[in-house]
Amino acid sequence: MTHHFILRVITKLLIPLILLFALYVQFHGDFGPGGGFQAGVIIAAALVLYALVFGLNTASAVIKEWVLLVLIPLGVLIYAGVGVASLLLGGNYLDYNVLAHDPVHGQHLGILLVELGVGMTVAAVLTTIFFAFAGRGHRDANGNLLPHSALSDEIRNRKDGQP
Amino acid sequence: MSTLIDILLLSLMGITALAAVRMKSLFGAVMLTGIFSLLSALWFLILDAVDVSFTEAAVGAGISTVLMLGTLSLTKSEEKTSNHSQIIPLFVVFVTGGVLIYGTLDMPDFADPLAPIHTHVAPHYIEKSGAEIGVPNIVTSVLASYRGFDTLGEVTVIFTAGVGVLLLLGIGRRREDGDE
Repeated sequence: MTHHFILRVITKLLIPLILLFALYVQFHGDFGPGGGFQAGVIIAAALVLYALVFGLNTASAVIKEWVLLVLIPLGVLIYAGVGVASLLLGGNYLDYNVLAHDPVHGQHLGILLVELGVGMTVAAVLTTIFFAFAGRGHRDANGNLLPHSALSDEIRNRKDGQP
Repeated sequence: MSTLIDILLLSLMGITALAAVRMKSLFGAVMLTGIFSLLSALWFLILDAVDVSFTEAAVGAGISTVLMLGTLSLTKSEEKTSNHSQIIPLFVVFVTGGVLIYGTLDMPDFADPLAPIHTHVAPHYIEKSGAEIGVPNIVTSVLASYRGFDTLGEVTVIFTAGVGVLLLLGIGRRREDGDE
């Protein structure tokens, strides 16, 4: 596992910055460009980069697959739940004005929660799709990941024409 | 200057697309599609669509390239040479391209203030967003609040895509073996 020494070091340096940027995009989306979807894909990109360089086994130790499977519906539920909450508080579905005493505060709260839901689902879905693709052929009968080399090594070591 | 950048970017995109089509090595083709996505992210940036640019850079250049690489690690990485006639595909491509170009003829000019899209609800969003939503970024207020239903639908689409992939490929425990 001593391949790609430079890649490993640079990745370790980059991933915190990528995650920080994702959080900035997520929570600063009201003020600057970005929002839940963008933040979600950036988080997923960071996780995919980690899995590419350090292997799927290490990555699935960082973020367990069941966590992803919980986050996927949770994001949608948060979004839809904000709608239900505004219904219960006497407004229309997804009418954030009623969420707080002041309509503008309600809008802020609603947008924050909704974007959080979007970010969760997007990040989890994209990471899951990658895990599902990259884990093909590397799982035992129970679906647990078998130890194998990182995708980058696999592509590099493969001779052309030999699957 | 900006016209020069436009011409440069668009011609680079054209060259990349042609190279990706002609490339026999699928690994190279995947890399070229990644480069194409990065170039189109730059292009969106020039069109002031920063949000779309973000997404294109992360999804198009990043994740989908990696997904295609993941697929390549399961299949052959050399394109099969086809013996079929290339006239019919060429015909289909030219007809589709022609129809698409014909479709753009009816579109309003770029940045035309009288275009229908700018005269329907957009003025309301631009004038009232500050007072009604209080969020400086109008894109966010439109996406998350005015058009909240649409965004809920989009999240549901992504959710469905994730569920679909999980059902087809699956991660975690599988129960079809009957050992549960």
